[in-house]
Amino acid sequence: MKKLLDKPDDAVRDSLEGLAAAHDELLTVRYEPNMVLRADAPLAGKVSLVSGGGSGHEPMHAGFVGKGMLDAACPGQVFTSPTPDQILAAVRAVDGGAGTLLVVKNYTGDVMNFEMAAEMASESGISTETVLVDDDVAVRDSLYTAGRRGVGATVLVEKCAGAAAEQGRPLEDVAAVARRVVDNSGSMGLALTSCTPPSVGRPLFELGDGEIELGVGIHGEPGRERRPLAPAAELAELLARPILDDLGLGGGDRVLAFVSSLGGTPLMELYVFYRDLVRVLGATGVTVERRLVGSYMTSLEMAGCSVTLLRLDDELTALWDEPVRTAALCWDDRDG
Amino acid sequence: MVELERHGSRPDAVDGSFVRSWLDEFAEEVARRRDELTQLDAAIGDADHGVNLDAGLRAVTSRLASEGETALGSDEKTPVAVGSPSADPSDSPVTDAPSVTSPSVGSLLQMVGMTLLSTVGGAAGPLYGSLFLKMAGALDSDSAVTAWEWSQALRVGVGSVSARGRAVAGDKTMLDALLPAVDTLQQMLEKGESLASALVAASGAAHDGMLATVPMVARKGRASYLGERSAGHQDPGATSAHMLVAAAARAAGGDAAAT
Repeated sequence: MKKLLDKPDDAVRDSLEGLAAAHDELLTVRYEPNMVLRADAPLAGKVSLVSGGGSGHEPMHAGFVGKGMLDAACPGQVFTSPTPDQILAAVRAVDGGAGTLLVVKNYTGDVMNFEMAAEMASESGISTETVLVDDDVAVRDSLYTAGRRGVGATVLVEKCAGAAAEQGRPLEDVAAVARRVVDNSGSMGLALTSCTPPSVGRPLFELGDGEIELGVGIHGEPGRERRPLAPAAELAELLARPILDDLGLGGGDRVLAFVSSLGGTPLMELYVFYRDLVRVLGATGVTVERRLVGSYMTSLEMAGCSVTLLRLDDELTALWDEPVRTAALCWDDRDG
Repeated sequence: MVELERHGSRPDAVDGSFVRSWLDEFAEEVARRRDELTQLDAAIGDADHGVNLDAGLRAVTSRLASEGETALGSDEKTPVAVGSPSADPSDSPVTDAPSVTSPSVGSLLQMVGMTLLSTVGGAAGPLYGSLFLKMAGALDSDSAVTAWEWSQALRVGVGSVSARGRAVAGDKTMLDALLPAVDTLQQMLEKGESLASALVAASGAAHDGMLATVPMVARKGRASYLGERSAGHQDPGATSAHMLVAAAARAAGGDAAAT
């Protein structure tokens, strides 16, 4: 293992201290339990958004804490969900009296920990709604699995629902926006290499030199198949096609196209891939109305990328364009 | 009648010191086999089971140890049993002495559950946390309970694992070790076996249940993403659950070396 660390077992805490030092104008970090709070929270009368999940996916979620997105993020250990007391503490810390939307990625651990936190919050008089993000089309949703995993759509949910909350909308509305984003998005990723959690010290899985894992999860979960590496244009087709089919996207549809590096793939390659993706979408008659390309939802140093498509309507487009001020996403009024 | 006498008999009473040895034994075993749990989890999960459970159990044993010291400290201040002149019966009545020196089984299990819930994370945190919290909730505030009451509480705890995880037998989870263990434990107690030998048998049943997860296709948790590819691997949750039952057998003085 070759990583920039002090003590491998302290990686999460050490990184949070660095985040706090780098962005003290935007956020406040509290420790034990670990939580990243919007600097001006709590905001009286505003619905608060709280999310969280295992560390190792940076900038998700802490990088999305700030005006127009999350009020709080709860980072767990690497690839391990945060704990109920931790989530409850964050919910309380940012409670503005208008209720809390919990944004939860669909993983067994996250679901159970957030569920227990929501039960505890309701016992202490804070109303919560939970939106489960399950956009990974690589996993077949059935009674016999834990269901689709939550991946890239999480960023889009946090952005659009965060904007709705910032406009002062009530909890039911904010939750409805979040669910609409989930219902209208799909994602799929591919890995070129594995990744190594600091306290494990070894790669989570092995991939041969010329091999890729198609449909990989953000914790190195296996995908649909292992296949030989191919040109980016072919891979863009392989990732986009199942999403287009799943969402039933075709001529006349407008989408937000989101391409994220899984951590190890440089922007240069990401742009090559994005160019190819735009061609694939163009050929199907789908219009790319908004886009996001960069490292936003990662798996440590894994090389590879993920594609998320969100079917846009006027309201979601307007919410996407609303100003945002976080460590990872930051713009004033956006137009196109 | 016979049942009542047996279940109420002293040698089989479960008290705070049993809970401490149980968790100490469990923590020791998980620490010793941390890498094995990690390897099993790496094959079908995300390689964090050993590390997280070990961290949580270290927190549990250190809190159990400090609770012990607190209790000892109170004991020194109010040595009511020897009738020290400083002992004032009005603020430390003799009848309260046992609850000061030995916290109830329920309160210890509650503390174990809360500690696991706040330190383990992942899926194991809420599952093991619920097991201990619901066990605690099923017991009254007595400093010692009968073996049968303890086994009933364990059944309630195991039921909460099923409810929280929305899993049943055969899903390739902790339950595949825990369900046969609690069944065997209660069958043996009903036959009049001592707690120690009933737990040794339960540990054997947990061991068989753990091995039975090998050919199963996972239907819950991260392993379920593998579908058919999860067959052929032993479930890490069932493995740590077997360690939990074997630890109870050792704490009760049973020789669980066989499992």
